[in-house]
Amino acid sequence: MTDGRKSLAQRNYYGKALADLAAKRGDVVVLDADLAGSTKTSDFKKAAPERFVEVGIAEQNMIGIAAGLAASGKVAFASTFGVFASGRCWEQIRLAVAYPRLNVKIVATHCGISVGEDGASHQALEDMAIMRALPNMVVISPADAYEAYAATMAIADYDGPVYMRMGRAEFPTIMLEDVSFEIGKAKVLREGSDVTLIGCGQMVASCMEAAEALAGKGISAEVVNMSTVKPLDSAAVEASVGKTGCCVTAEEHSVIGGLGSAVAECLCRTSCVPLEMVGTKDTFGESGTPAELLSKYGLTAADIVAAAEKSIARKGKA
Amino acid sequence: MPELSVPELENIANKLRLHVVEMTYAASSGHPGGSLSSAELLSVLYFRAMRHDPSDPSMPDRDRFVLSKGHAAPILYSALAESGYFPKEDLLGLRKMGSKLQGHPVRGTVPGVEMSTGSLGQGLSMACGIALAGKMDGKAYRTFCLLGDGELQSGQNWEAAMFAHQYGLSSLIAFVDRNRLQITGNTEDAVGLDPLPEKWRAFGWNVQIIDGHNVRQIIDAIDKASRSRKSPSVIIMNTVKGKGVSFMENNAGFHGRACKPDEFEQAVKELKEAIQ
Repeated sequence: MTDGRKSLAQRNYYGKALADLAAKRGDVVVLDADLAGSTKTSDFKKAAPERFVEVGIAEQNMIGIAAGLAASGKVAFASTFGVFASGRCWEQIRLAVAYPRLNVKIVATHCGISVGEDGASHQALEDMAIMRALPNMVVISPADAYEAYAATMAIADYDGPVYMRMGRAEFPTIMLEDVSFEIGKAKVLREGSDVTLIGCGQMVASCMEAAEALAGKGISAEVVNMSTVKPLDSAAVEASVGKTGCCVTAEEHSVIGGLGSAVAECLCRTSCVPLEMVGTKDTFGESGTPAELLSKYGLTAADIVAAAEKSIARKGKA
Repeated sequence: MPELSVPELENIANKLRLHVVEMTYAASSGHPGGSLSSAELLSVLYFRAMRHDPSDPSMPDRDRFVLSKGHAAPILYSALAESGYFPKEDLLGLRKMGSKLQGHPVRGTVPGVEMSTGSLGQGLSMACGIALAGKMDGKAYRTFCLLGDGELQSGQNWEAAMFAHQYGLSSLIAFVDRNRLQITGNTEDAVGLDPLPEKWRAFGWNVQIIDGHNVRQIIDAIDKASRSRKSPSVIIMNTVKGKGVSFMENNAGFHGRACKPDEFEQAVKELKEAIQ
């Protein structure tokens, strides 16, 4: 599946997109909380230092400042690691950004267990759950570096609050370099008839790998890239499970409150088909290499294959 | 608009107080105490100091006001209505279902409300963002922010204070409504703020300490702060919570409750006597 594909970090393409936005749009400002080198907002700083705002290690203040800038006509991108971007300043985001629906883009890097060696304190596994719960908030988890670039450009054009999450590590691209991105639109990456695999973030690549493995077992899997987790493309979920009759979700996030929950909320209102969720199971992570952690916490293509077989076996049973 | 005199502004302050008492009574809830303590400030801001146009709330060069102590919404709504942003009759809708006058200020629903506030400790950060945008765009507007004293116990204020100094936000003018009372009681018995001027000075701000019920002193302090070209300014206003109604003064009980009927009659009587 990864043959001929490059391994790229999403945050590098976020940085590239910000640098392009610096040239393209004079109203974009970027806020950093002492992590510009890691989040790659340093690329924007190089391109437009007069519109780069260093707030220091003060995420709550960063959100308030971003809100004030947005209220004054700026498109404010505020970036830090996912744990801090979502949890440290959740109530500030709620009051200052989501409630008045201000044009602030909270873009988090270092999300998911593949953050690796830094351990649980730095592995955001609940961020989509708490951001998704906020009214007016759009939640995006791009599938690869190319989609991260396209999504960054798309959210700059969207007038309203957005939370976008990305990983730290490099991983194989699955989209084309010139991929387009539309908020709220899922993409079917592979058609199939026996089971629907819905992924977000780097788990989309694992879904593709799983689909290939399932094909080897004579199982036809459809793969849906659900890079917008909120608003969920319910029509795409419906259309796919209407064909396949069962579903698996895969996310580098807790199974509580993220993509799996969003799909479950959709399915319980419409077609009650079997749903298996691949994600962390109400647990914190730990230090280790990304590969070791993905394996230990059940986030590999093999885990998706097993979940798919379980989901298929449940068809027709209440 | 001709510049209003000190007695005229004092009179407006008492009119705003009467609105506060009437609207919180009609709502049977709300926060009159901290609204009454900032009446003179709101009078000076909206009727003399601020460049603004009630008929054009989004005028690009307007001075901005952020009410960080969002529970004092009644005094802000009163000042907005009294200066013509919306009809004064709307004030009695405060806190009622369907009214634009929510319990705490909401940006976008009430003309003249710049930011949503109500959860304490956040307004100064927002004001920093507004002031920074003005500086980036080379605009001359000033950003005013009213802080409660109790809310200075929240660390985000001090993050914002450091930031404002770092970025030289000289067009930012903060006020502290130093009425010394929070829900628990005296601020110094909760987690003390004194020595407050020294704290702000240490954070790099210009500090003035005034009588927050003295209109002349408020005008002069704002004029002085507006001349700063390097640093942000804070005006610590020594005030009396519940000011203007005898039995509400220095009474922490009126932080978050409206008058009962007999109290209401008395409060209205006292305030009407004060209004020319």
